[in-house]
Amino acid sequence: MALIEVSNLTKIYQLDSSETRALAGVSFNIEKGEFVAIMGPSGSGKSTLLHILGFLEKQTAGVYKFQGKTYGDYAEDELAHLRNKKMGFVFQAFNLLARTTVFDNVKLPLIYSNIDDSSVDEITRNAIKNVGLEHRAGHESSQLSGGEKQRVAIARALVNNPEVIFADEPTGNLDSKSGGQIMNILRELNEKHGHTIILITHDRQMAEHARRVLFLRDGELIEDKKTEPPAPLSLRGAPTYVGATKQSQRL
Amino acid sequence: MKLKHTFNIALTGLRANKRRSFLTILGIVIGITAIILIMAIGSGAEGLIVGELGGLGAETIVIRPGKEPKGPTDFAETLFSDSLKQRELEAILKKSNVPDLIDAAPEVYVPGSVSYGDETYKPTIIGFEADFMTDALKLKLADGTLFDENDLKSKAKVAIIGSKVKDELFGDESPLGKNIQIKNIKFRVIGVYAPRGQVVFFNVDDLILLPHTTAQTYLSGKDYFHQLTARAKSPAVVNQTVEDIKRTLRELHNITDPEKDDFNVQTQQGLVQQVRVIINVFTAFLSFVVAISLVVGGIGVMNIMLVSVTERTREIGLRKAIGATNRDIQLQFLTEATLLTVAGGIISIILGSGLSLLFSFALSRAYELNWAFQFPILAAVLGIVVSGLIGLVFGLYPANQAAKKSPIEALRYE
Repeated sequence: MALIEVSNLTKIYQLDSSETRALAGVSFNIEKGEFVAIMGPSGSGKSTLLHILGFLEKQTAGVYKFQGKTYGDYAEDELAHLRNKKMGFVFQAFNLLARTTVFDNVKLPLIYSNIDDSSVDEITRNAIKNVGLEHRAGHESSQLSGGEKQRVAIARALVNNPEVIFADEPTGNLDSKSGGQIMNILRELNEKHGHTIILITHDRQMAEHARRVLFLRDGELIEDKKTEPPAPLSLRGAPTYVGATKQSQRL
Repeated sequence: MKLKHTFNIALTGLRANKRRSFLTILGIVIGITAIILIMAIGSGAEGLIVGELGGLGAETIVIRPGKEPKGPTDFAETLFSDSLKQRELEAILKKSNVPDLIDAAPEVYVPGSVSYGDETYKPTIIGFEADFMTDALKLKLADGTLFDENDLKSKAKVAIIGSKVKDELFGDESPLGKNIQIKNIKFRVIGVYAPRGQVVFFNVDDLILLPHTTAQTYLSGKDYFHQLTARAKSPAVVNQTVEDIKRTLRELHNITDPEKDDFNVQTQQGLVQQVRVIINVFTAFLSFVVAISLVVGGIGVMNIMLVSVTERTREIGLRKAIGATNRDIQLQFLTEATLLTVAGGIISIILGSGLSLLFSFALSRAYELNWAFQFPILAAVLGIVVSGLIGLVFGLYPANQAAKKSPIEALRYE
């Protein structure tokens, strides 16, 4: 059984009398341990796809199974629990809590799970260590640079050791150097720790870090190809693509 | 989610907007402070009056003419009713009628002023028995003697005066043996009471005490009394004695229906009860009026919580995306609203207690009242409970609005 099974997935947004078809019958499977990039221009439906995969939204038609179960198999609270335990989200806009320390931001998912208080601090510290921000743990999120913020967001996504990490344009608000660092971290999580990663980007160079790329256009899957990451993973923290341009930044 | 975390999140949310949080609860603070103040003053006044009545002695029984007063006009009636005369006094003094009575004496009130030489003063003039009065109110003579049975029988024109009356009329001069004048009739001063101040409903220092026979004959010109004051053997037999007195007077006046009584009998306990009821009704009414302001304050809290929910739409979206249930979100905002209002309640208790302490201090200074400050425990508990309830009631709607947000819509919110 694949981790993620998608068949003929359709999403239609109804706004007043106009209909927008965000997804028009998309089908694919993702196995545990894959690093998949979903690419496509703005409006191609990739964010909608990610939201459906994250059980944040329900499809209009078609089937989406996560570990063999669909949206309808869960009560609302169970969905929240699933997102908490098995999925990690990284957003383009970081979405860190303001006036809150790095430590407390990373800890956030743990307070919504039933983890024993005694282990919460240790788990949090480990997650922060994994993204190389131990020295910033006590700082408030507003004192961090963009790249650091996104590393905090990744640590937060990791803290419950989820089955899959959904990253929605994680480098979109970052300069190329910080973006490269983020991609390195994601690659390391995939290659060294076996995390399944689904990355949304419209930046080809970022997508090249993945092992598989899905191209979407106008809500349809037009290409699904395996790729080889071009460069070996360098030391964490060092940018892989020093010369990457900022052409792809979406602000 | 654990309660501890809910509290922490709510506290962080409130701290982020300290000034706004404070302004939000200001309405609640004012309302609850006012209620605490009203209740504290009410209980202070009650304590004062009940304490004064305590000076009357638990075994004291007061018989007044007219039916039991239920309103101001009834009180007026008692002053002009002539149902209590020497005949009634003698009837209740009979052992066969009221066995547990040890003493009873009539009271006559005389309106008017007193003069000595060029000095004139308006005292409280009462015709009564000197022993009884001195004993019942625990008074002390500063000078001279009391009048006795013989003076009562002979309708002697003698007077005992209070310390203020002495000061006003005589200054440093000794009043003993001097003649004071009331309604052109001369009375010889035979005693002066030591200063005592306010006791029960009048100021002893303002008193001129005459034999009641003298007051009736020379001053009021009426054969009826304004009041009979009696004493039972002990507080335990007071109720039985009251019943005996009522039965005796009804028989004497041929009254079969207690509704048609032309007299009323009151005990210290009964008076205390009446005062309590009046003050409590008054306090409750004022508190109710102020409670309306709490509703207004609550709406203010709701308004700000709604603003806060809108402002933090993205935060709500994020929390939901990383695993917060609708209930977690609802609880977070409900806790925030409740913490806010309970904080208001606590501030109010401090403020209300402080103000009532100040108030009692000012009152006892300005009017030399025996006004005791009591920490209004009931009001404090009520303040916490009410403020918590306001938070729950007015926080519920904003909290539900927050919980209802879809995570995706919330995350997209700019």
